[in-house]
Amino acid sequence: MSVHQISVFIENKTGKLAETTKYLAEKNINLRALSIADTQDFGILRIICENPANAVQALKDGGYVVAENEVLAVEIKDEPGSLAQILTVLADAGIVVEYTYAFLSVKKAGDAYMIFRVDDNAAAEKALKAAGIRIAEQDSLF
Amino acid sequence: MPNYYQPEIECASREEIRAIQDEKLVKQVKHVYENVKYYRDLMDEKGVKPEDIQSVDDLHKLPFLTKADLRDAYPYGLLACDLKDCVRIQSTSGTTGRRVVAFYTQKDVDLWEDCCARAIVAAGGTNEDVCQVAYGYGLFTGGPGLNGGSHKVGCLTLPMSSGNTERQIQFMRDLHATILCCTPSYAAYIGETIKEMGLTPDDIDLKAGIFGAEPWTEEMRRDIEKSLGIKAYDIYGLTETSGPGVSFECCEQGGMHINEDHFIAEIIDPDTGEVLPEGEKGELVFTSIDKEAFPLLRYRTRDICVLSHKKCSCGRTLVRMSKPMGRSDDMLIIRGVNVFPSQIETVLLKEGYSPNYQIEVDRVNNTDTLDINVELSPEQFSDTVKDVAAKEKALAAAITQMLGIRPAVHLVAPKSITRSEGKAVRVIDKRKLHD
Repeated sequence: MSVHQISVFIENKTGKLAETTKYLAEKNINLRALSIADTQDFGILRIICENPANAVQALKDGGYVVAENEVLAVEIKDEPGSLAQILTVLADAGIVVEYTYAFLSVKKAGDAYMIFRVDDNAAAEKALKAAGIRIAEQDSLF
Repeated sequence: MPNYYQPEIECASREEIRAIQDEKLVKQVKHVYENVKYYRDLMDEKGVKPEDIQSVDDLHKLPFLTKADLRDAYPYGLLACDLKDCVRIQSTSGTTGRRVVAFYTQKDVDLWEDCCARAIVAAGGTNEDVCQVAYGYGLFTGGPGLNGGSHKVGCLTLPMSSGNTERQIQFMRDLHATILCCTPSYAAYIGETIKEMGLTPDDIDLKAGIFGAEPWTEEMRRDIEKSLGIKAYDIYGLTETSGPGVSFECCEQGGMHINEDHFIAEIIDPDTGEVLPEGEKGELVFTSIDKEAFPLLRYRTRDICVLSHKKCSCGRTLVRMSKPMGRSDDMLIIRGVNVFPSQIETVLLKEGYSPNYQIEVDRVNNTDTLDINVELSPEQFSDTVKDVAAKEKALAAAITQMLGIRPAVHLVAPKSITRSEGKAVRVIDKRKLHD
């Protein structure tokens, strides 16, 4: 029960991000969630979108360097302490969190999700479920 | 004050120099033919026998040696004496592929140090001077060469090696160094550091500097002279022929006098190999006529320059060479280190990168910078910054290992490196190295 994430290499230069997002728009790829990690030289644009296989193909055709992997989309309540609860569950289970980012649901107003990139999806899923925390599936996000 | 170390050679008549060269060349060709199979085969192939070489006029009959020959013959193929008679090696930087290892007998070391001593004395050095050697020591010839020359002159020698600039300046002040030997870029850096420390040239006792191992301009000379309050002298050499001291500048600062009792210089057309008439610009070729262990005959330096036999007002009769005006190959000299783009390409392929790269060399505050842009391939990419940054770092470490100097490596998008006429532009050298 995970979500497919696409990462795109982007040089850290003026206009590069605009160029990439424009390309995605031209290919009619709608972004549901994204985050950007950056260093002095380069950035990594991570995106969640509908029909990731098409998006990956379009990006590769456009000459972009792409990486794909599975991440967890965890439902998060709009109240203080909910992120801390999730992170505590993961920490207690010995799960390493590489990065995380948030986005809002378009289906149910008020619902928020956090994307978690962890070292062990299966173990993380098991620990979160045992704590009563819900994990979304790819299709349920669109 | 005459400022000669060996006036009998440095100021000999042209006839005397010519007689010395004729005699030594004939002997040297015989020595090489008998002891170096690699060169004997080259001579046989060309149909040249030692008897065909009776004087310098016959030099053009001999085959050339190039860096490729040195690589083919590595490590012992060009050695002309027993290893038991050798006492030292020196080497160029590259760790594989382009490495040059030169051997020295005690006599070779001795004559090399004489050459360096001539340079120090020409710069005004005497046994009352304190000579700070801030070239790297070790396999690099700069430190050992000038160190030996300094001993010969009888200077108090400070074997500092390069780096740790504040300590350099402390020793320079505490021990009243009067002569500084290092690369011109390091001299400039020392000058800047002195200024940053709130000191002026009046706070140090330096009077002269002997700077070489990389190209530098007259403008840079003036900057260094001003920042250190000295007269700056150029020195030239290469590991293949011994090291620094093949030629050196005198007080006239108008070209470097070649130590012609040890080296015969020719200028050739780099395309045809034909010897060019005096005064024409071309590739410099050296024949070592004194070396016992590693005597290279007609070695192509790839440095482009001009020779002048015009009388020098310093009194020396030794022919002068201009500062090198360029290269006839793709070698770059970065922070005094020889770099071939192909070395970088080798590392990229070995580390699993595409050979699409671009080298950018610049000189910022008189120090060379080396940036390498490498096109990323999907195999190196991942969604975490940590992984990609670690790959970038590992690549920089592998290139550092190969070149001996640290580059800044930047991963760039595929196909983003400028291509002109279908061919990628490999090197962008923004430095102004020649006047």
